[in-house]
Amino acid sequence: MLRQIEGSRAVADTVALCRPAVVAAYPISPQTHIVEGLSDLVTAGDLAPCEYLLVESEFGALSACIGASAAGARTYTATSSQGLLFMAEALPNASGLGLPIVMTVANRALGAPINIWNDHSDALSQRDAGWLQLFASSNQEAVDLHVQAFALAERLSLPVMVCMDGFVLTHAMEEIDVPDQETVDAFLPAFAPRQWLDPDDPVTIGAMVGPGQFTEVKYLAARHQLAALDDVAEVAAEFESTFGRASGGLLQPYRTEDAEVVLVAMGSVLGTAADVVDGLRDDGIAAGVLGITCYRPWPHDELHDALRGIPRAVVVNRAIAVGAGSILGRDVRLTAPPTTEVHDVVMGLGGRPVTRAGLRQLVLDVLHGRLEPGALHFVDLDETIAASELARDEEVAVP
Amino acid sequence: MTTTPLYQIGTFAAGNRLLDPDQRSVQSDQDRTNAITSGHRACRGCGEALAARVVLDAASRATKGRLVTVNATGCLEVFSTPYPESAWQLPWLHSLFGNAAAVASGTAAALRATGRDDIRVVAQAGDGGTVDIGMGCLSGMFERNDDVLFVCYDNQGYMNTGVQRSGATPPAASTATTRPVGTSAGNAFGTGKSLPLIAMAHEIPYVATATVADLHDLEAKVVKAMSMHGARYLHVLVPCPLGWGSPSAETIQIARLATRCGLFPVFEAEHGAVTGVTRIRQPVPVTDYLERQSRFAHLFAGAGRPDVVTALQDRADRNIARYGLLTEETP
Repeated sequence: MLRQIEGSRAVADTVALCRPAVVAAYPISPQTHIVEGLSDLVTAGDLAPCEYLLVESEFGALSACIGASAAGARTYTATSSQGLLFMAEALPNASGLGLPIVMTVANRALGAPINIWNDHSDALSQRDAGWLQLFASSNQEAVDLHVQAFALAERLSLPVMVCMDGFVLTHAMEEIDVPDQETVDAFLPAFAPRQWLDPDDPVTIGAMVGPGQFTEVKYLAARHQLAALDDVAEVAAEFESTFGRASGGLLQPYRTEDAEVVLVAMGSVLGTAADVVDGLRDDGIAAGVLGITCYRPWPHDELHDALRGIPRAVVVNRAIAVGAGSILGRDVRLTAPPTTEVHDVVMGLGGRPVTRAGLRQLVLDVLHGRLEPGALHFVDLDETIAASELARDEEVAVP
Repeated sequence: MTTTPLYQIGTFAAGNRLLDPDQRSVQSDQDRTNAITSGHRACRGCGEALAARVVLDAASRATKGRLVTVNATGCLEVFSTPYPESAWQLPWLHSLFGNAAAVASGTAAALRATGRDDIRVVAQAGDGGTVDIGMGCLSGMFERNDDVLFVCYDNQGYMNTGVQRSGATPPAASTATTRPVGTSAGNAFGTGKSLPLIAMAHEIPYVATATVADLHDLEAKVVKAMSMHGARYLHVLVPCPLGWGSPSAETIQIARLATRCGLFPVFEAEHGAVTGVTRIRQPVPVTDYLERQSRFAHLFAGAGRPDVVTALQDRADRNIARYGLLTEETP
């Protein structure tokens, strides 16, 4: 049903439609409205049976989800930023134990300096934790990805993160089609765990594995996670046939046919990028957008194929790897065919808006050879601030 | 059960056939669950292995086998589950070092939400996983009054990683990080914490301490805990021959001396108030307990450190006064 609704509330309502039996969460901006919504639904009895655990930390939240999932319950949590990092120890534990937990990450910068606004530093810092990572380009897609996430998690017995841009999506009021219970129930069968802590058939979960088998365990996990690419695509296709709209999947190309340049990005910036591309096309410039919805597992072959024949790709990085360069940009560079020149730019850190004007200028700069490939460019960098700080460094330098 | 005639032959004996059948230890029952089977890799004389078996067998009997257990990282986890082997005969989950309480909370919540709350949850951890790294999650489990019995097997240090100091290591003990070198007399006085008292401050339904020296008492406390709902905490002193530097054959004796000298008070509390205390029947000076363990050997070598021994005796005396461990019944 179409509703004029905040993104967070739409996600909370959709998670409730997926009937989690246990929700455990700790408040952190900008995730709060999601868990507040779920708390209301559980307290009012609109989501039942469900236990909502008011835990003492994000570490406790994910740990409670681990225990609940191992006991055979559909389990959900949500966090952001420092909260995701506070969960860090438990993230590979959940994936290593094969527990199908679904978590929303309302993407937010990492401190210091403390900053509550949006970028992708949090999720990308945990990209190797063994979770699937799906990035929503809109609130509609955030809603749809949550339904798909539960289906994927339980099909694969792996945890799934649904990443949605903090504030830009979580706090945006807009028209969203929140599905109805009947359709969600038809799409998402009741959770049938592969194993659970059954006193009638006891299992040992979480044994210590030594050098004799550890490599094999990791090899199998890596295979399993890569094979999940097929499932991500399949579940998206099933979703489309059930709900009648395309959402999710691995990649989202927009007007990439015959493009001489494409913007490669994840998250809510994709909508802005599509607008920019429309304008550029109107002006006779063959630009396109290549959205990456599934960041982990990494859709290497699909991205390689999608970039084939496109001479320039501009990766819009909303997070960086300090001391190395970009994160998404490096993945794209390692994937792109040799005929595609990859430009790597940083935009929109810590909530700085990524504007249409900025993206348009970026494409024009690339086309006019003003952006050297192979280097990482900081778009909209305030040179004055940077220069004054650098000068201060020189002043206080120890001789 | 603790009547005078029986005491003469030892109420502590696990398989005492002079007791009424319903008072005998679970361990004397051929049909016990044997929650943790033989063949695991615990050290000889391990107090934790003994306590875990007794606790879980008693909990299994109390719940008619409807039991799952959550384990923190530590010796107990390592020695019981070297893949592909497992010593556990009941459903067992290990996640991380510091999160056993939260994992158990989630497990209990899941069982409740899915209509299987006849299945009960016992979480277990060593003292490090309880009083130090696990304390945040444990306090959360307590204050939410989640339906979990959390058992701490307290061997007073990080034994699994090579005997380092924990927040439960007693003053003057030598560990790998509190060596009595230079002017140091081992672990500093004025540090450490009592988790039973912290648990009581949460006013949870049940808190108890016990030792492997009195397995009847330990079993009775487990059974009592499992008859209740909400957050319950059991703190069991388990000597560690490796970390304490004591002969493997003396684990039980040393645990008993810890209670008899007053350094480890054995008591029960409900909703924050002490409701029962195990009186010391044959008090001993702390030296009787300390001298048997090489972690305290520096207190007695050469001229020794009588000042430190006196300070430890003061701690024991304070416990005796605080909990009323001595009465006129004492011989």
